[in-house]
Amino acid sequence: MDGSPLGRSQPEAPRPRRRVSVIGVLGELLLTAGAVILLFLGWQLWWNDAIVAGQQSSAASQLSSQWSEQQAARGAPSTPSEQPVEPQQPVAPVVDTTVHENAEAFGVMYVPRFGHDSQRTIAEGVGLDVLNSVDLGVGHYPDTQAPGDVGNFAIASHRSAYGGGMHEIEQLQLGDAIYVQTKDGWYTYRFRDLEYVTPQTVEVLAPVPHHPELTPTDRIITLTSCNPLYSTDERVIAYGVLESWRSAEAGPPTEIADVVAGWGV
Amino acid sequence: MTVYGALWRILPGPAWLRVILLLVLVAAVVFALFSWVFPWADAILNPINVTVEEP
Repeated sequence: MDGSPLGRSQPEAPRPRRRVSVIGVLGELLLTAGAVILLFLGWQLWWNDAIVAGQQSSAASQLSSQWSEQQAARGAPSTPSEQPVEPQQPVAPVVDTTVHENAEAFGVMYVPRFGHDSQRTIAEGVGLDVLNSVDLGVGHYPDTQAPGDVGNFAIASHRSAYGGGMHEIEQLQLGDAIYVQTKDGWYTYRFRDLEYVTPQTVEVLAPVPHHPELTPTDRIITLTSCNPLYSTDERVIAYGVLESWRSAEAGPPTEIADVVAGWGV
Repeated sequence: MTVYGALWRILPGPAWLRVILLLVLVAAVVFALFSWVFPWADAILNPINVTVEEP
């Protein structure tokens, strides 16, 4: 590293023994700290958002196509011609009230308004083990109802970072579809309204939101996320109402059949 | 003598091999940071809550 130029006339002086340079080490530490902080910013803004979003949506696609394959293995609808599927006809949805274990994946949420690849796995519980996971992302509040059930199916997800499963929640428009797939079939909810509340407003999770004393008659979905974007001061709440249900045998709703077929590829 | 200087001297082989070894080390450190250190630090520095809870 310190090769002396050729033809040096002076005899080599005895080299001083290398010593730890305090300033040098300090400088290195500062440079390293700077690099780590830059990396941390990169992780937060890029990796933890875009990359985790990709991981979460492919995990959800995988779960969804796994159910489709199981359905295919069970065989196509036995007598499709005799029993034409009539999506318009209101059929009571199958409700699976099995109590899931914490962090157990049991559903897939897909909201076309949230964009391409917005499908996310729904798992039981709203702890960080679910919400910050790279293959889950959406958590079901354990004390709320099951998908399709009378009452309130309440779920939570991040707005930004950790995949941002509900990043576009404020862009929802009246009547937007919120699809929930389980092993039993597809629940189509229609977005109704948004609400902004304090983080302590647990009444939004009641079977009849804000009216814990009432007995529910509607089948509601409630999405909760943080608000404003990049802040946690408030919560944004989106409500939807169950419109229809299709069995796994009948397959995904026709309007998203192409999208869902793409998940299996 | 500095930490990185010492590291360079400890690594075996010719310069090109040392560069490759250094890159591998850096990749390992970045992987560890992304996988464990940053998620842990983020949870402490910047807890993001998206749920409604009893106060």
